[in-house]
Amino acid sequence: MSLRVDVRARVGEFHLDARFELPPGLTVLFGPSGAGKTRLLRLIAGLDQPTEGRITLADRAFVDRSERTSLPVHERDIGMVFQQPYLLPHRTVVANVALAADGRTRQDRRAAAWNWLERTGATPFAERRPHQLSGGQKQRVALARALAGGPQLLLLDEPFNALDLERRRRLRRLVRALVDETAIPTLFVTHDVDELAELADQVLIAEHGTVRTVADVAATMRYLGDP
Amino acid sequence: MSDVDWFPLLLSLRVATLATLVTTLVGVAGAYALSRFRFPGRGLIEAIASLPIVLPPTVLGYYLLVTIGRNSPIGRTYEAVFGQQLVFTWQAAVLAAAVASLPYCLRTATAAISAIDAGYEEAARVAGLHGTRLAFVVTLPLAARGIIAGVSLAFARALGDFGTTLMVAGNIPGRTQTMPIAVYDRVQAFDYATAGVLAAVLSTVAIVVLLVVRRLERTAL
Repeated sequence: MSLRVDVRARVGEFHLDARFELPPGLTVLFGPSGAGKTRLLRLIAGLDQPTEGRITLADRAFVDRSERTSLPVHERDIGMVFQQPYLLPHRTVVANVALAADGRTRQDRRAAAWNWLERTGATPFAERRPHQLSGGQKQRVALARALAGGPQLLLLDEPFNALDLERRRRLRRLVRALVDETAIPTLFVTHDVDELAELADQVLIAEHGTVRTVADVAATMRYLGDP
Repeated sequence: MSDVDWFPLLLSLRVATLATLVTTLVGVAGAYALSRFRFPGRGLIEAIASLPIVLPPTVLGYYLLVTIGRNSPIGRTYEAVFGQQLVFTWQAAVLAAAVASLPYCLRTATAAISAIDAGYEEAARVAGLHGTRLAFVVTLPLAARGIIAGVSLAFARALGDFGTTLMVAGNIPGRTQTMPIAVYDRVQAFDYATAGVLAAVLSTVAIVVLLVVRRLERTAL
């Protein structure tokens, strides 16, 4: 199952033009700030609409401008971690994750939430409120929430930006392990070369609103050295 | 104080409580719609709903009287269903207090909902929430402090309504005479002692309610 993206979007003076395929595994979307990385993720998630083109996951069209169809955000089966965790402050950690979890009954959803909190190493603070957590703990919970609904696509928008180097390294390893385990097509946005080198199975480069595939890390390094 | 008639206080509390219930339902639903959906006539609806803040209460009362009077479609329908007219009843006082207090709840709740960081709702939508569940699980709890503040303002306004209530419910002792009207009534009769007691009681009730709400507001999140 792979994601196919072929879209154009125009917001004021900014033009985004993205054409690529996302296979299962970890694809890093690399580029400087303002290159259109977050905007692209929002188009895929359905939080914004493209001006033209289409986005499909396997045989499901998320959006197809030529047919004027667009799947609502909540029906796209996407897990997403934003730059900020956006955990609900009035709910405990486990209740936050249970909101996104699959399951017919409340007990099922809480059980699923506990399972994902365990896999992201977040059980020690599962009963706490978000304001009692550190930045790294919050992003572990956000990662658990993103995975709890059984997504078919995982989008990570510079999720560890606000963390120190050691925490970033640990969370990178966690993401790597979870993606290997679940085999979900994953798009990881970063402008950090270390993150790119450690995580990427495939690389996409974003530059001035244009997003293209650049094969692998070695090719990216050559590209970055001689753009 | 044994000869003070407490009916106006009890009626005021009943009227203000029911009016606040109506205001909360309409105000919060309206605030959600105004801050989350774009539709034609949105600005006009917001302006009309805010009119009670700027109109003299008697003018508001006049409009209400025309709207629910015996010759109006609403008044006729009410009379056909309930077997009595709506104007000059305590139910009309509830309606008057609700209309007069609505903008305080609506505007405060609209501001509170509009101030929420859109990221919370976006993260919840991606996680699968939508519609009323999104509203009740994410949006309204995040705006809880502002909504509680709006509801308490509306209660205070409903409790203190004079002009609008007088226009549509009259001043019938033992039936429609609310606390503020009773104070006016006592002053007209040069009974300043009773007026003073009633005013002090009403002020105390209002202060207690506002203190309770303040505490609720602080523990909302």
